[in-house]
Amino acid sequence: MCNGYIRVLVQVLCAHLLCGWVHGSELTFELPDNAKQCFYEDIIIGTKCTLEFQVVTGGHYDVDCRLEDPDGAVLYKEMKKQYDSFTFNAPKNGTYKFCFSNEFSTFTHKTVYFDFQVGDDPPLFPNENRVTALTQMESACVSIHEALKSVIDYQTHFRLREAQGRSRAEDLNTRVAFWSIGEAVILLVVSISQVVLLRSFFSDKKTTTTRVGS
Amino acid sequence: MVAIKMHLTLYTVLLFNFFNSFVSALYFHIGETEKKCFIEEIPDETMIIGNYRTQLYDKQREEYLPATQGLGMFVEVKDPDEKIILSRQYGSEGRFTFTSHTPGEHQICLHSNSSKFALFAGGMLRVHLDIQVGEHANNYAEIAAKDKLTELQLRVRQLVEQVDQIQKEQNYQRYREERFRQTSESTNQRVLWWSIVQTLILVAIGFWQMRHLKSFFEAKKLVVVYFIEGQMLKTEL
Repeated sequence: MCNGYIRVLVQVLCAHLLCGWVHGSELTFELPDNAKQCFYEDIIIGTKCTLEFQVVTGGHYDVDCRLEDPDGAVLYKEMKKQYDSFTFNAPKNGTYKFCFSNEFSTFTHKTVYFDFQVGDDPPLFPNENRVTALTQMESACVSIHEALKSVIDYQTHFRLREAQGRSRAEDLNTRVAFWSIGEAVILLVVSISQVVLLRSFFSDKKTTTTRVGS
Repeated sequence: MVAIKMHLTLYTVLLFNFFNSFVSALYFHIGETEKKCFIEEIPDETMIIGNYRTQLYDKQREEYLPATQGLGMFVEVKDPDEKIILSRQYGSEGRFTFTSHTPGEHQICLHSNSSKFALFAGGMLRVHLDIQVGEHANNYAEIAAKDKLTELQLRVRQLVEQVDQIQKEQNYQRYREERFRQTSESTNQRVLWWSIVQTLILVAIGFWQMRHLKSFFEAKKLVVVYFIEGQMLKTEL
């Protein structure tokens, strides 16, 4: 009994240790104008990582992105991108840094979504015999799980696109409302001042004529 | 025998999950009075679990060490209607959970509760953050141990949770699309009305201008005729 328990203990321990280096972070945050936001992650050499980002709302929907390795060498750098996905294998051990910059913008703040995947997903349950093949049922479950993961991924992308579209539509709606009222006011002001100005031209002439006549 | 083994496994799993929440995740730096907010757009009845861990820069040792006691983080969660659904102060390490009741954009804000500006010593606070949404928030090892599921049952359970999440998201998608359509139709209406009103205003102003100026110039002509004696006058100005 003790042996079995120790085995389970070791497996659980391994599973949890692995969890530290195989996970994904998905965050949406607001980036104010002229601001830069950096995130850091400790990665082990050889891990396959993916950084994906998309600008959800704000301005021209673009942001600068930069990914650096522990020694400061730039692995990925793009200016004014709306969305992109970058996959790499970590060349060194250490802290990797990626930054999003809105420094080129003077008054629009942006909402940025990013998804940073490090390694593969952790196994569901510490498997006793990982060497032996999975049964047919288990492999069917695994393939359904992968398919559903990609469905959820597509849903996320769709949600972001829809949020972006909706943000544009709401912007447009407000702008149309303000512009209608503004233009009505401008029209009235301009037409009335045109008439007043014209009248003032002829009023001056009238005074001159009076002096000449008398 | 088996029951004891199950219990031991459960407790081990729970113990390691306790430590698991403190494994290194993504981190960022936050200033002393700075407030960092993250947005989560989620359907209703979705659980979110957030884990964070803070470290303070120690100038003497020139590295980040676990923050001192008394330095906590204030966590505030707002629902899509700007109502605060969670507002609590946690220690230097914490775990917050909430379930959404309305679909939409929830805002999770963090800021440190430090009132003594000297505490940060001009440095920054390093915050390790991990937010798990919906199906990812489930702890399958715990569920397996609690409900005594075999591996196959656990896998199927995971699939069920995933499909559940997909279904909720689709419902939310339908609601969002309706809002989008309403906004577009409102814009369409406004543009239509504005074109008609603008044309009417222009035409009305044009008429008024011409009529007003005509009467004004007619008045002017009389005055000019009166003062310049006997001279041939043109009728237009």
